[in-house]
Amino acid sequence: MSSALPVDLDDIQGLVRFGYKHHTEASFVLLRVKDRDAARRWLASVPVSSAVTIEPLPEFAIQVALTADGMRALGIDDAVVDGFAAEFVVGMGNDANRARRLGDVGANDPSRWQWGAGDRVPHVAVLLYAMPGRLAVLQQAIESQCQAGFERMACLATSDLDGIEPFGFTDGISQPLLDWERKRAARDAERTEYSNLCCLGEVLLGYPNEYGGYTDRPLLDRAAAGPMLPSAEDAPDRADLGRNGSYLVLRQLRQDVHGFWRFVDLQAGGDAVRREQLASAMVGRKRDGTPLIVPAIEKIEGGGDPKDLNAFTYRSDRDGLSCPLGAHIRRSNPRNADLPPGPSGWISWAKRTLGFDADALAHDLVASTRFHRLLRRGREYGPGVTIEQALGQPGGNGNDPGLHFICLGANIARQFEFVQNAWAMGVHFDGVANESDPLLGTRAAGVDGASTDGFSLPRADGPDERIAALPQFVTVLGGAYFFLPGVRALRWLAGTPREASP
Amino acid sequence: MVVAPVAAGKEPALRALLAAMNSAPGIADPRNALVPFGAFEQLHFARLVVLDDALQVDMKVYGVEPARLPTVLVFIGDCDGAADDALADLAKRAGPGLARIFGHCEGFADGTDVLAWLRARDRRAAASFVNWVGRSVRQVREESALQRALSARVPRQALATPADVQRVRGELVDYVAAEVRAGRLALTPPERTPLDWQLRKLAHLIAVPLVTIAALPFLIVLAPFLVWRLRNLETSDPEVCPRPRAADLEALIELEDRDTTNQYTALGAVKPGRFRRWLLTVLLAFTEYACRHVYTRGFLARVQTIHFAHWFFFDDKTRVVFVSNYDGSHQGYMDDFINKVGWGLNVLFSNGVGWPRTRWLVFGGSRIEQSFKYFQRRHQVPTQVWYKAYPGLALVEMKRNHRIREGLERPAMSDADALAWLRLL
Repeated sequence: MSSALPVDLDDIQGLVRFGYKHHTEASFVLLRVKDRDAARRWLASVPVSSAVTIEPLPEFAIQVALTADGMRALGIDDAVVDGFAAEFVVGMGNDANRARRLGDVGANDPSRWQWGAGDRVPHVAVLLYAMPGRLAVLQQAIESQCQAGFERMACLATSDLDGIEPFGFTDGISQPLLDWERKRAARDAERTEYSNLCCLGEVLLGYPNEYGGYTDRPLLDRAAAGPMLPSAEDAPDRADLGRNGSYLVLRQLRQDVHGFWRFVDLQAGGDAVRREQLASAMVGRKRDGTPLIVPAIEKIEGGGDPKDLNAFTYRSDRDGLSCPLGAHIRRSNPRNADLPPGPSGWISWAKRTLGFDADALAHDLVASTRFHRLLRRGREYGPGVTIEQALGQPGGNGNDPGLHFICLGANIARQFEFVQNAWAMGVHFDGVANESDPLLGTRAAGVDGASTDGFSLPRADGPDERIAALPQFVTVLGGAYFFLPGVRALRWLAGTPREASP
Repeated sequence: MVVAPVAAGKEPALRALLAAMNSAPGIADPRNALVPFGAFEQLHFARLVVLDDALQVDMKVYGVEPARLPTVLVFIGDCDGAADDALADLAKRAGPGLARIFGHCEGFADGTDVLAWLRARDRRAAASFVNWVGRSVRQVREESALQRALSARVPRQALATPADVQRVRGELVDYVAAEVRAGRLALTPPERTPLDWQLRKLAHLIAVPLVTIAALPFLIVLAPFLVWRLRNLETSDPEVCPRPRAADLEALIELEDRDTTNQYTALGAVKPGRFRRWLLTVLLAFTEYACRHVYTRGFLARVQTIHFAHWFFFDDKTRVVFVSNYDGSHQGYMDDFINKVGWGLNVLFSNGVGWPRTRWLVFGGSRIEQSFKYFQRRHQVPTQVWYKAYPGLALVEMKRNHRIREGLERPAMSDADALAWLRLL
């Protein structure tokens, strides 16, 4: 099989491999093409950082991603653009059907967005990362270079909150571990254990995914595309525009920190300990990142040190007594395998597979996690707020903090959209009673008028404790689907022979 | 399922008329003027779909020049009790509306007896799955109201002793009894299954294994040949899984995610040749057997999100229509399919033209993710009108609500059972 082929790290943009955490300063510049040729010239030469490790760390890192609108604006043939995934081609913000699916309704409605809908869809995102104190220089240089070809639509500033998201919780703990050595067998087989190791093809196009297959992407006629692009592993005579690239989902999420802590404080009757407990239950971790699942001692493939904050599954807590079923981190990563656990032996396997094991069936409401992983690369923005400050001052003064949520993946529909729709917004996730994600939920009533603004905390010795009337804490202010191309693909897009077709 | 060819030139008018029955794209207004579905208390789901022969072009991969097939209007309902009674009720109370709809079809003239006309075009499914056999619309609604009442009433606190548990349960039982007396809640006892149904079911239960046993010697003798033939076909049958067109995809998605439950209608040609035709006939008979006698209590193998599903043969078994009502998004439905019952899909649908390549009837196929997802979307047909009797309700809730009712009606419970019951609320 081709799985022995090494990975061309120098053709992959660095963000796939690194979070650039030492580059504590970052900003995301959103551009629209003004002059096609000038824009192409800049894209052909912009020094994007690759996934190759460089010591000592360079001062700057630049990453470039494009939307489908952006590719069209650069004059890329529709036939080429249409070879990308349908979600990407249509885009995030100008599709009412997608909005309904993602929970972009009510206050999240794209018509209210600051960017990403109507004619405010960015063409290019330039992600700038810099060592402390160096961003201003970089940003100025890049913006002046871009002036000829682009109009600057927005600049999303970020702030370094030291790994703490605005509500006050340690963020970015759970990440899938990419199989860079291509050791994980990329074939279609049932996995009965949760693994944190993830086939490269789940994030990078052009590599086999967890099904052992290749996700669709534009494969071009070699003669027309020229020699620049890599060849497709699964079709060696074709040029693979997708290879070493990944879809990048960017969403600007405003967080109502004041509203969150005020609400939790009210529920706790002002008791600080109880307040922490409630907030932790909603998240699924304590503020320092400790999971509510105890003891956390499981050995998980790709999970690193057993002491780490990720070495757990929910197998020992099927009823949500330690970590509520609807907690944010349980929804975003349920850590289950392809088949509910059970005794070894083929009889048990057959019973579970055919649905004759009632106990397994009762805990088989959530899709297998490994097909729905998100590689998160978001950054916080706005001022950091302590709980005391949050309790004191109301937000809404235009200076609210939030998250520039970014995730990478090879399949927007199966990964980001599925997690957002079925897990975060799903009002029946794992059998919960009509409630959506305690942090992200829109609280929009169901079609039958049933409220979805509750949060249940199961307990062993009585009916669930139920918190009612949660307000909306997180509001979407913008978003778009980008493609983060491989380096050669970026140069090809910038300098393509115009007549290339698939 | 009522199937009627659409009269020449009347398709656009028919589509416009169907659209006028909806309150949102694809979602029937329960009080629409033509067929006020909401007035029929035995009706769980209903749909009206226009099916054409667009994908018959795929037959060309077998060197067969596809015959033009008429565009048909299909009506499918899932109801309590006998289908024929429901059809009669429908014709009686919505006759003029049905006449307006089916007036766009061939053979329907002014003054046609609607019921007789519908009956003449009614067909049985080759196989049907019902999530919970015997659960009526009334029961679903009553149990949902019960759950809401109890959930609002139960004291949400820790219960220190078994005596507390029993006391709280007792209070709730009394509360429900009082609400029932006051007419605010209703818990109608389930209707007895008619004796002739039970007898027919029993006969089916016995007959299928008997026939199978009788056929077994022949099957064993033929097995090497059948397996050889199957493998032969599996390695040579062409795949037809092009990407669906963007506009077609949009037309489908526009109808989706307007309720917790979504509808799915798909149409495809059966692979040519007697082998596939017989194989599919036998497999659907076994599917029907499993759905009628085994999978009757909330699950179809590992899938617990399908309300109703039916397979119909069409056009002298050259085509199959598959319809279902499922909870969650389309993407989630497909994931359930691939990951939980991919083997089951392959067994049946690999007999359809163009299905992604299978191995040994169960492997591969739907697990070839990209090809499968394209295939099923491409074969999906927009459901012009779709009705659900209990908007917003999902199967996982209906199952829980039923357990709540069962627990309520049990004369006594152990302390542990009583606690488990309270925790359901």
